[in-house]
Amino acid sequence: MSTLSTQKTVVVFGATSAIAQETCRLHAPHAIRFVLCARDSTKLDIVASDIRSRGEATISTHVVDFSDPSNYANLFELIKKENDAIDIWYFFHGNLPEQKKCEASLSHAKAALQTNVLSILDLLHPVANDLEKQKSGTLVVVSSVAGDRGRASNYMYGTAKGALSIYLQGLRNRLAVHGITVLDVKPGFVKTPMTAHLDNSGFLWASPDAIAADIVAAVKKKSDVIYTPGYWRLIMFVIRAVPEKIFKRLSL
Amino acid sequence: MSKRYKSWGYTPNVPQSSISPAWRSSVSFNNQQTYLPFGNGRSYGDTCLNGLGVVLDSQHQNHIIDFDVEAGTVTCESGVTFAELIDLCVPKGWFLPVSPGTKFVTVGGAIGNDVHGKNHHKRGTFGCHVMEMEILRTDGSITHCSASENTLLFNSTIGGLGLTGYISWAKFSLIPVKSGLMSVKTIPFRSLDEFYEISSAKQDAFEYSVAWLDCAAGGGSFGRGLFYGADHSGPNNSDTEDFKLTKPGLSIPFNLPSSTLSPLFVKYFNTLYFYKNKMAPRNSNAPIGSYFYPLDNLRNWYRMYGSRGFFQYQFVVPTDRKDDLRSILELITKARSASFLAVLKEFGSVQSPGLLSFPRPGYCLALDFPNKGQRTKQLIASLDLIVREAGGSVYPAKDRLMCADAFRQYYPKHREFSSMIDPGMSSDFWRRVSS
Repeated sequence: MSTLSTQKTVVVFGATSAIAQETCRLHAPHAIRFVLCARDSTKLDIVASDIRSRGEATISTHVVDFSDPSNYANLFELIKKENDAIDIWYFFHGNLPEQKKCEASLSHAKAALQTNVLSILDLLHPVANDLEKQKSGTLVVVSSVAGDRGRASNYMYGTAKGALSIYLQGLRNRLAVHGITVLDVKPGFVKTPMTAHLDNSGFLWASPDAIAADIVAAVKKKSDVIYTPGYWRLIMFVIRAVPEKIFKRLSL
Repeated sequence: MSKRYKSWGYTPNVPQSSISPAWRSSVSFNNQQTYLPFGNGRSYGDTCLNGLGVVLDSQHQNHIIDFDVEAGTVTCESGVTFAELIDLCVPKGWFLPVSPGTKFVTVGGAIGNDVHGKNHHKRGTFGCHVMEMEILRTDGSITHCSASENTLLFNSTIGGLGLTGYISWAKFSLIPVKSGLMSVKTIPFRSLDEFYEISSAKQDAFEYSVAWLDCAAGGGSFGRGLFYGADHSGPNNSDTEDFKLTKPGLSIPFNLPSSTLSPLFVKYFNTLYFYKNKMAPRNSNAPIGSYFYPLDNLRNWYRMYGSRGFFQYQFVVPTDRKDDLRSILELITKARSASFLAVLKEFGSVQSPGLLSFPRPGYCLALDFPNKGQRTKQLIASLDLIVREAGGSVYPAKDRLMCADAFRQYYPKHREFSSMIDPGMSSDFWRRVSS
């Protein structure tokens, strides 16, 4: 069983996301190196000094916008040049596209796919090949319960996350023999700045630190797929079980 | 956002609109409304609410900026809680210089209320340990201040109840500790006179001191209680689990019936508590968490008082006004409005830079009263008369009844303070005491 103290070098894409920050804080007392990547340099600096203060790790940062592949064309090589062995790769980045806007404009819909799935596949490609050679390591990608079934209210987001989950399934199948963990994290509703515009007063809303604790526990246990909080596994089981004939008439 | 904002005493309990900026760099204001920084809602009255305006919730401003392990200083955003700081600092041999009765306060709240703790006689208030701050005002200006730079803004912000602007970050010093344990000495006292004697003779020998007072005891037992002196323990062999303080603990899931803390219940409970501790060993060891924050293990403890909530009343009277303290206690005992928790402490003479700082040399007593409407308000009004007459003062963080006259009397530097208020900031408390 791996422990946090064996996860010495941690790479984080989307490091300024609320869940990413809480996850990094849990790694901070044990890690030796962090590579933090995010779009906004001011916010990235705030996160970097926070993580630096909470442990003794050295930290390098990369400002990168995942909305255009040319922005991150050599990111993997750059990170590899700084670090020989990387123990854990976290993919937190993503956004919540407005479904109505996606329906009105194809370019908006494609932009949502670029940020939420294509950019991750672009990076996973070299990372997976590298881990295969390294014969150790953990890949953690945050998808969503929204990827379990398409719904009228957010199916562009759901498409991106669903595609991600299928890809991870295949990748896990490929890398398992090499001792690599591929963890697919499916959070439910989380109170973060990304969802601050929604009514988040219901009991189903979890806090980012609770999600982070689940993620880190799953990394330790080398889990494959987690729903977080755990009760979402049951909720999504029920939602997936509803026959399409009925489901299509529900306004969800 | 529709989150419910309330103060810890549940009074007042009214809708409150809010903003929760995700980053300190994205805090911005418009001039259509007034704002009030909001930390973690641990003040009891209305200093943390702004019903006619908006509260600026600092929950996302929880980043550490620097922890200097050599020098023992922390620089952080104002939404960082003491609980997080303890988890961060104690394993490295440092502790908060001053700690109030709950670890769930934020750094911003600790500065704005200039909180004090059981070591007031040694170290003064939290504000005494603040080295510098950056203040963001509603006009968009950003001001760096310290004891030597923009001093008036610095001194107004310490104890300034959030009214001088938003603290985007602060730097403060810590105190060194060798373990996560406290060695505690318990000394029972049978009367107030005995307490005064113990306090003046023994207090200076301890880093921390506080007394529990049995307010339900009348007649021959009047004024009895327990004096606790404590120090940080020396190094111990136990592992760092001692420091783990953020265990969730028990939670009261709903408001209990208002009769739960009835005078009779409190009377029996107190008697039992007094004798249990009188028999107990005089010297014991306690983890930092249970020594400093016993009530934190009972989350939402305000619910013990039911949905009507309760009033806190905390005052200080000068050391030579012992008779007034006695009169107040007699009033409370007579009113049979027994306070479940009565905490007595002799403040020392360490002066805070804060213009509106509450502590001053004398005897400080903190009480809570279940909200019984007019009856409770009248009792508090009569206590106020005595405190004013004695030249004492009342703690705004726990108040929601103080009138403008009383405020001006308790806080003679209010004029100087007023000149530094951000015109775009206000609070329910401030509207009341400045009218």
